[in-house]
Amino acid sequence: MSTGARTSWLRELVRKPFFWGLVAIVALLVLNVLKDPNYLAISYDPETGRLVGNVVDILRASAPILMIAVGMSLVIATGGIDLSVGSVMAVSGAVAMVLMKDAGDSGSVLVALGAIGLALLISAVLGAVNGVLVAYVGLQPFISTLIMMLAGRGIAKVITEGQNTSASNEPFRWIANGFLIGLPVVFLLAIAIAIVVGLVVRRSALGLMIEAIGINPKASRMAGIKPNGLLLTVYILSGVLAGVAGIMSVGTVMTVDVSRTGYQMELDAILAVVIGGTSLSGGKFSIGGAVVGGLLIATLDKTIVFLGISSSATPAFKAIVIVVLCLLQSQRVRSWFVQRRKPPRASAAPSAVPSEKPQQKQEVTA
Amino acid sequence: MTAVQTPSVDAPVDGPGGSKLGSTIKRVIASNPSVLPTVAAIVIFIGMVIYGEVAYGRIVQYNTLSNLLINNAHLIILAAGMTFVILTGGIDLSVGSVIAFSSVAGVMLANAGWNPWVVIVLMILIGTVFGLASGILIQYFNVQPFIATLAMMFLGRGLASLLSTQPERLADDSQLLWLGEQFKLIDGEKVNDVVITPGVIIAFVVVLVAFFVLHRTRTGRTVYAIGGSESSSALMGLAVPRTKILVYVISGTLSGIAAVVYTSRLGIAQNITGIGWELDAIAATVIGGTLLTGGYGYVLGSVVGALVLGLMNVLITRDGGIPPEMTTIITGGILLVFVLLQRAVTSKRQT
Repeated sequence: MSTGARTSWLRELVRKPFFWGLVAIVALLVLNVLKDPNYLAISYDPETGRLVGNVVDILRASAPILMIAVGMSLVIATGGIDLSVGSVMAVSGAVAMVLMKDAGDSGSVLVALGAIGLALLISAVLGAVNGVLVAYVGLQPFISTLIMMLAGRGIAKVITEGQNTSASNEPFRWIANGFLIGLPVVFLLAIAIAIVVGLVVRRSALGLMIEAIGINPKASRMAGIKPNGLLLTVYILSGVLAGVAGIMSVGTVMTVDVSRTGYQMELDAILAVVIGGTSLSGGKFSIGGAVVGGLLIATLDKTIVFLGISSSATPAFKAIVIVVLCLLQSQRVRSWFVQRRKPPRASAAPSAVPSEKPQQKQEVTA
Repeated sequence: MTAVQTPSVDAPVDGPGGSKLGSTIKRVIASNPSVLPTVAAIVIFIGMVIYGEVAYGRIVQYNTLSNLLINNAHLIILAAGMTFVILTGGIDLSVGSVIAFSSVAGVMLANAGWNPWVVIVLMILIGTVFGLASGILIQYFNVQPFIATLAMMFLGRGLASLLSTQPERLADDSQLLWLGEQFKLIDGEKVNDVVITPGVIIAFVVVLVAFFVLHRTRTGRTVYAIGGSESSSALMGLAVPRTKILVYVISGTLSGIAAVVYTSRLGIAQNITGIGWELDAIAATVIGGTLLTGGYGYVLGSVVGALVLGLMNVLITRDGGIPPEMTTIITGGILLVFVLLQRAVTSKRQT
């Protein structure tokens, strides 16, 4: 009896959508502490009123990923995907930088607000194009956002005339590099936006409607949900959040590098969403999970650099994380795990293949 | 099917065919609207050739057209592999990274003094292993094709970067370079020759084999059937699990072959080789008329799609007035037009 209860408790814990994400963050931090016992130390700099430490760095680096991950989790919940977020980040950064460079004023709050406003507006327009193609023209989300990904990178290059553009503007810089109550402004902003989005979709019926579209678009329409408008809104929101992420990432160095800004960020966002336990087939989402996923990716990035591995090798580690998480989420490994009553390991993968073959044949003949 | 094949093979040499061909094409389209996108791709290719010849000149001549084939041999091979995957309704995002890893590993091994044939076989096998890994993840662990091949894409790029982040140059006397060597078939005046490389011949062989497999074998029919409806084909007793893994193995193996062809042509491999090539391959396949939902499409269409992309780059370079950063916008625009065309065709069929 007691063993049964224990197993169900274990299973419950494993089934928590972002449980493994949290475990992975802790594991990575432990790894860093092993290398340098002072890794987690946070000191307070009384002169500038800032907290200084590796963890604060991770929080700051996670902000853009958090933004696109939140947008992406909503898009994926509708059964879609948004591959254009990285390019939209570049466009948004390019717009802001070019506008501030032309304005030439280094201290005006008005210029900063104008740059942010225009950047977000254009991001929203790009998101709306995605939304119209998906919702009203009926294209596959994968291909319409792929087109936007190709075109967006080109648009960013056209805006900056192919050059990496720098500008100086104190208020704009403050968003990315400033501190408030000791914490980085970007992180506070990202968390605030994530909370607002989370509250809006979870306290209203919006979240349920989005999930309903992802589960079955036809049934949701018959239940009285108008999927088209909602889909359009979701893609616009994803575009705007990518725009915010773009502003955050160009603000750090006050330069937009049209071929590197936001490069492969769509993959980071998808990874964050998967880590957070959102199913890629749509129908459910977890903003909290996306936040955990974003934090894990930022931690992973920083850890790899900290351990002295070339940052261009980061993708290999991300790939391992994706594969392990996908295996943990797959029914086959779960059933394997329940039979053995042992925590699943990544090495379960190869050995599970031959043992499952007869079952596969049964499915086919059934 | 055979009617489509004729113009796509002849188009680069002859331009538009005769009126008899026109009526055949019309009849084929009327009987099977799914060939319309492929025909449209051929028409666009011919249109681009004519426009290029009129506007810039020196397009319809031996060396331009042979260079078009030589420079796009790897893309043609990739597009052929991608066609298999997309026909089953899947996607393979890992091809570009597999090329990076395979070519960096290959060049380093060749420079370490390994036998070139062993190196070539290893480079192809690297692709096969990546494809097999994606296939197993997709088939046995129900991971979405998109995410499984994304993981392989990250893995390939990361492993390539672990090997080296510098451009690796093949030794000048390496026998691998023979595959990229140019042979004159027809000696024209000045540099206007018909040249061919073993790489182009490999691409031709790959396309022919792919065509044969897709249209003349049981495996090929199973590929189309899975794209039409996976559960129906499983209920019909077709070898769905095996075929689904096989298409990713094919795509991976062809990426390995493309890596050999590309490396032998350039003699250089780098960890950032092949960034964005998966998108080029997908674009070539889509432009060539393969439906992204699977079930409809032709490997010869993908070849035309690859040539359309290649010719577009030639035209943009020739024009000189179009800023290079517009290339991706134009690629995106062409892709959008073709996807909309597919959409129109499929919705017509439904009504």
